[in-house]
Amino acid sequence: MAEFRLPAHSTIKAGRRLRDSSRVRPRKLRVYRWDPDLGENPRMDEFEVDVNDCGPMVLDALIRIKDRLDSTLAFRRSCREGICGSCAMNIDGVNTLACIRPLGEIRGDIKIHPLPHMSVLKDLVVDMNNFYKQYASIKPWLQAGDAPERERSQSEEQRKKLDGLYECILCACCSTSCPSYWWNSERYLGPAALLQARRWLADSRDQADAERLAQLDDAFKLYRCHTIMNCTKACPKGLNPAKAIAEIKKAVARR
Amino acid sequence: MPVPQRPLSPHLQVYRPQWTSVLSILHRATGMVIAAGALFVAWWLAALALGGGAYEIARAFFASAPGKVLLFIWTLCTFYHWGNGIRHLVWDAGFGFELSSAFRSGMCVLGATAALTAFAWLA
Repeated sequence: MAEFRLPAHSTIKAGRRLRDSSRVRPRKLRVYRWDPDLGENPRMDEFEVDVNDCGPMVLDALIRIKDRLDSTLAFRRSCREGICGSCAMNIDGVNTLACIRPLGEIRGDIKIHPLPHMSVLKDLVVDMNNFYKQYASIKPWLQAGDAPERERSQSEEQRKKLDGLYECILCACCSTSCPSYWWNSERYLGPAALLQARRWLADSRDQADAERLAQLDDAFKLYRCHTIMNCTKACPKGLNPAKAIAEIKKAVARR
Repeated sequence: MPVPQRPLSPHLQVYRPQWTSVLSILHRATGMVIAAGALFVAWWLAALALGGGAYEIARAFFASAPGKVLLFIWTLCTFYHWGNGIRHLVWDAGFGFELSSAFRSGMCVLGATAALTAFAWLA
């Protein structure tokens, strides 16, 4: 049974307030914090950042906070250009990548939470183990029997079928935007892993379609998708996991 | 050192309602209302079969103000669930997954719900 409320130890308390010394164009960021060493509930800290003296993206503001106001703030980041997927988080109520979300597009205070319905390790860093385990479970590699004598060629049309699938950076914005995944993340594979499953099914070189489909034909792994489409709405790369899942459902039905 | 109990990050509490998820939960909610309404339909049918006084009570209930409100909600929910059910069938056939077309089909369902409910009550 889905539990809609947060457990007692996860409810959020008010936190501290910190301000930039320069205040030309101040903006408030309310950031979720949880420190495993304190033994306290999570809290929302309020930071006032001078966006006049800061890069244009939410990640720039977070980096400025860490640099100038509170070096203990924990978040993942790497490429700062939307290709690594590390800085996925819930910004202004929607999952996206902090590095490609402009501060200027958000009205009012900027609320930042970790990816939803995940186990928090510290502040905005969540435990991705289950997510990666699910990705591994779809066997995201080419299964095509013995090594061929020369490379496996693909026609342009065959290669085109991978477009919209291969670009996924596994940031988990989609899976953690999906209410169905919230309630059944242990058993439902979620949009990200299923989009990847579709990527290998769509690959003309892969020869394991039958096994892949047999593994996916499961009331929970695949069919907890109820076409809510929050995944497609959230994807920062503009991909369409909902469509990919529908294609898998069709392939399973045709099997 | 003991491992602290890790908090669950907020979900429903913070996720901004999306038109995608709102239309989806409406489908679930209207389905539940229809199922509850089926009890009233069963009562009405049973009363119809028994006839006489039993039917008179059921008829009087559905003609009363609270009965009419329930009937109105039930028709509204039925039309939404029916319309959105067709939307789901189209999805299951593999069409209409672009965000723009999903948005348009959702608005069509809302429009059809309003129009059909109005038609059922005014005609």
